[in-house]
Amino acid sequence: MSAWTFFLEHRAEILEATADHLSLVVIAMVLAIAIGVPLGMLIVHRPTLRNFALGLASIFQTIPSLALFGFLIPIPFIGGIGRRTAIVALVLYALLPILRNTYVGLAGIDPAVLEAAEAMGMTQSQILWRVRLPLARAVILAGIRTATIITIGVATIAAAIGAGGLGTFIFRGVAMVNDAVILAGAVPAALLAIAADLLLGLLERRLKIS
Amino acid sequence: MFAPSSAGCQSEMNAKTAPEKADPTIHFQDVTYGINRSVHHRIVSDISFSVASGQTLFLLGRSGSGKTTLLKLINCLLVPTAGQVIVRGRPTTEWDPIRLRRSVGYVIQEAGLFPHFTVAQNIALVPTLEKWDAARVDSRVNELLALVGLDPAEFASRKPHELSGGQRQRVGVARALAANPPILLMDEPFGALDPVTRAELQREFSALARRLGKTIVFVTHDLREALLLASRIILLENGRIVADAVPQEFLRVDHPEVRAFTASLSPVAGAHA
Repeated sequence: MSAWTFFLEHRAEILEATADHLSLVVIAMVLAIAIGVPLGMLIVHRPTLRNFALGLASIFQTIPSLALFGFLIPIPFIGGIGRRTAIVALVLYALLPILRNTYVGLAGIDPAVLEAAEAMGMTQSQILWRVRLPLARAVILAGIRTATIITIGVATIAAAIGAGGLGTFIFRGVAMVNDAVILAGAVPAALLAIAADLLLGLLERRLKIS
Repeated sequence: MFAPSSAGCQSEMNAKTAPEKADPTIHFQDVTYGINRSVHHRIVSDISFSVASGQTLFLLGRSGSGKTTLLKLINCLLVPTAGQVIVRGRPTTEWDPIRLRRSVGYVIQEAGLFPHFTVAQNIALVPTLEKWDAARVDSRVNELLALVGLDPAEFASRKPHELSGGQRQRVGVARALAANPPILLMDEPFGALDPVTRAELQREFSALARRLGKTIVFVTHDLREALLLASRIILLENGRIVADAVPQEFLRVDHPEVRAFTASLSPVAGAHA
């Protein structure tokens, strides 16, 4: 059976898995951004916390993804089989690029600009919203873009702990030694990654200040 | 980036409702500023002087002599460790720092323009923060661009990176003047410019200063600039005032640091004679 025929015959199932996959990625990214960006803002002026947070996030990145999913299963509340555990693991993976880019983007702002902002009589919140974040947003978005692509890839492994998504086809295909089934998961996952990359890349270029 | 020492200043948000006097004077009364209480960490010590209305006071000194620190004490970016700085009739510690800073123009080296704002938005910063209506902001921006010698039609919508160094500095001056502050602080504003542009801006600044009649405190390490533009020069050495004179008398002050600065003039002075 060719891959194409398998695609056509199972298109409803593949579409559903793609939707599941996408929702895993979106939920994980929303959480990772909600944690990573404020944390990145917090560590700009706190070197000790910065080393700790960046170090910890780097350690999560070094753990092989399959192992991380496995480690999380026995942990109470966040662990177990299913989507919740998968989302926790995906958030941990996505955190480093977001955290690091938020920090780098904010720390890289010309100190003269910040001094001028303060000396002109802007309040700290005006400086944050009108100067610091606009100047750092392209770099922060670059981190989000990297994190999104990582998350789309890693999310295929989430099927191993019963979280569903496109990985279901890949694992099934590996077990059946059937390329067509593997491709039914791999091709949509790759397309998702490419689409996300292009879309976020476009947004990043629009936000960039020459 | 945010000096910890400005924290005390930030927290001082007790905005007084008393009407603000136009009084554009500055008085330093026995001001000492240090990183902590230790004598060894003092950046400026026992500074007392007054700047009269309409005066162009130059703070001259080597790098690290404390001149920029004095400037930052005026607009409450720093608060004195001891003594007080009285700006427009009120100690800086009693001012709401935001209100104080919006009434004191500030120009720094390299201008410090916001790279994500257009020239017009940069100039309009304080008027926008002060919630002027759009029409008034627009006409003020055009007026200021013309004042600093930039054609509004050509420059208003440009971004800072599309300007030359001299043009950026002109925009920096326009931005500082936007809300018509009675006091203007300038921290080596022409320091990063090429000599030709620098001389050009100095000449224009001189004319502008006379015309606007603002109280100006200007920081530089360039004696030539001070002699050219100042109505009074204060020389700092290691955080202390070592000379205070009008330009005509400054070169005759008998102090080693004055002679050191005078000596820095001579190799070039001959070429111009």
